[in-house]
Amino acid sequence: MEKFVKFQGIAAPMPLINIDTDMLIPKQFLKTIERTGLGKNLFYEMRYDKSGNIIQDFILNSEPYNSASIIVGGANFGCGSSREHAPWALKDFGIKCVISTSFADIFFNNCFKNGILAIILSDKDRDTLMEDAQNKEKSVLTIDLENQKILRSNGVSIQFEVDGFKKYCLLNGLDDIGLTLKNFEKISEFEKKYTDKFSWS
Amino acid sequence: MSKSKTLYDKIWDNHLIYSNDDTSLIYIDRHLVHEVTSPQAFEGLRTAGRRVHSPQKTIAVPDHNVATTLDRLTNFGNEEGRKQLDTLDKNAKEFGVHYYPVNDIRQGIVHIIGPEQGWTLPGMTIVCGDSHTATHGAFGALAHGIGTSEVEHVLATQTLIQQKSKNMKVEVYGTLGKGVTAKDITLSIIGKTGTAGGTGHVIEYCGSAIRDLSMEGRMTVCNMAIEGGARAGLIAPDEKTISYLRDKPNAPKGKEWDKALEFWKTLFSDKNAKFDKEVSLNAADIAPVVTWGTSPEDVLAITEKVPSPSNFEGSKIDAAKRSLDYMGLKPGVRLQDINVDAVFIGSCTNGRIEDLREVERIVRGKKVKSGVRAMVVPGSGLVKKQAEEEGIANVLMEAGFDWRMPGCSMCLAMNADQLLPEERCAATSNRNFEGRQGRGGRTHLMSPAMAAAAAITGRLTDVRDL
Repeated sequence: MEKFVKFQGIAAPMPLINIDTDMLIPKQFLKTIERTGLGKNLFYEMRYDKSGNIIQDFILNSEPYNSASIIVGGANFGCGSSREHAPWALKDFGIKCVISTSFADIFFNNCFKNGILAIILSDKDRDTLMEDAQNKEKSVLTIDLENQKILRSNGVSIQFEVDGFKKYCLLNGLDDIGLTLKNFEKISEFEKKYTDKFSWS
Repeated sequence: MSKSKTLYDKIWDNHLIYSNDDTSLIYIDRHLVHEVTSPQAFEGLRTAGRRVHSPQKTIAVPDHNVATTLDRLTNFGNEEGRKQLDTLDKNAKEFGVHYYPVNDIRQGIVHIIGPEQGWTLPGMTIVCGDSHTATHGAFGALAHGIGTSEVEHVLATQTLIQQKSKNMKVEVYGTLGKGVTAKDITLSIIGKTGTAGGTGHVIEYCGSAIRDLSMEGRMTVCNMAIEGGARAGLIAPDEKTISYLRDKPNAPKGKEWDKALEFWKTLFSDKNAKFDKEVSLNAADIAPVVTWGTSPEDVLAITEKVPSPSNFEGSKIDAAKRSLDYMGLKPGVRLQDINVDAVFIGSCTNGRIEDLREVERIVRGKKVKSGVRAMVVPGSGLVKKQAEEEGIANVLMEAGFDWRMPGCSMCLAMNADQLLPEERCAATSNRNFEGRQGRGGRTHLMSPAMAAAAAITGRLTDVRDL
């Protein structure tokens, strides 16, 4: 995985609550056996009409948000299925950070596994950034994971919380499996004791 | 004396390998795999030269993409989907995991066949690249959905990196009224707590109305824990759990069974266990319900009317406007005056034998309303066979239902079973999101009995009036 570095990008406002995984990536695009190439299908049914033409007033189709790398979203972002195709599509589109007041658990984890930083803020801070994003002049944000800060275009910054392990993995671009396998002995030891006790499992 | 623990705490502690700060590594007992969320994970193993750590604990079955037509072995009708099926076939064989291919009578929806084949046992940790893995919690197992990266992690290590969730208790006390079922319970809970009400929590369902449910009903309740925001739902095992499991093919046998039974009896929340959040409902207050909008929390009793956006507050106002527009509904219309074009009975929520029996009870001697297309998709080959042996299939076919082969089908419409734009469907599945059952399709979630009633009258119907 690539290391997550401090970056500046355009934030797209998506205030709708309960943006679900079927909106993020409809099922007809789940038939792939690859992780890449899904960006063009992100928010497909909101982005294209029934004939496949671009819907101009959809936020990610309009300038400058068609180059967004940040989404400021409504509550319960990513609810629905466990499909990792949702963060794959976001990443392939160019989204590196999603900001909301709450996320569905599985989607939240899936983001971090793919180098996307999901940030949970208070209603007040999220609303401030939503207003920034809605104003094209103010929609550029800087995301500084190391210092856990979001820098607004007016120079004011907003602090955010992130789990220590998730931060460490993102900053260092670490692959979970490699990390876990470093503890292979502990797993084997556990497995032996466990199997003795729960022999039917 | 040791600290009082919830059922979730107990299962967690039994599987905890180690913890660093907030992050823990837990051991996984069963890994269920289907064709849609696994190809990239197996490919990852192959690229890294890794093997499947415990193929004997890994169970693969195709379900999302499979056709549900009788001729599906020769006429798949979905070439892209077929590629995923072929990939699963190749991966299952190459990595040596348990496998139920399309031509095996035991094939079916992964969350139906796990319990049916006895892979799902109390006290276990069970994961699958599918959010409805919560279903298996009905057996007192900690079961939840994971993403494809985590599928690869579990394949490679038989462990999962997790943060411990909080404990939430949902008690449903009292007795259900006539015509009210497990689906009405689970939808009513979501209606009350919202789709984010359980976020960050594992829900334990308890109370007399939950105890009174069959194992099938309990699976329906736990299945939709995820729609309530919780990754997992749990119900403590009891005599019903044990008698369900006794003869299942992969359940322990002989002395192993006795040993397992002793352990299963310890699987309950201690009397003084602390829950971070508690919700309770009186079963007598639960009516047969339907959803009116595009979020599973948009639940109303069938006797109600379509709400107005002005009934809501904050960001839900715009969401309600959008929902009503998508659903083609006007505020103030009686729910029972809404006509349906299609009826879908099936899915991991309601594709079990008891669900089909319930449909048969309502439909017997009646006909599907002319112009309504009604399909029944049994959850597995064995459910289908049993329903045929019990005469259920005959009754349904005579009534005008389309009797299909098992799979996920129109719950998420990855195969050819889809709604047309603006087509309105009474569905026993679990999600009413925009486009879920086909682009522009309009989904009303409800119980099998309510869906059966809608098939007969051609409109949303109070099953108690039939």
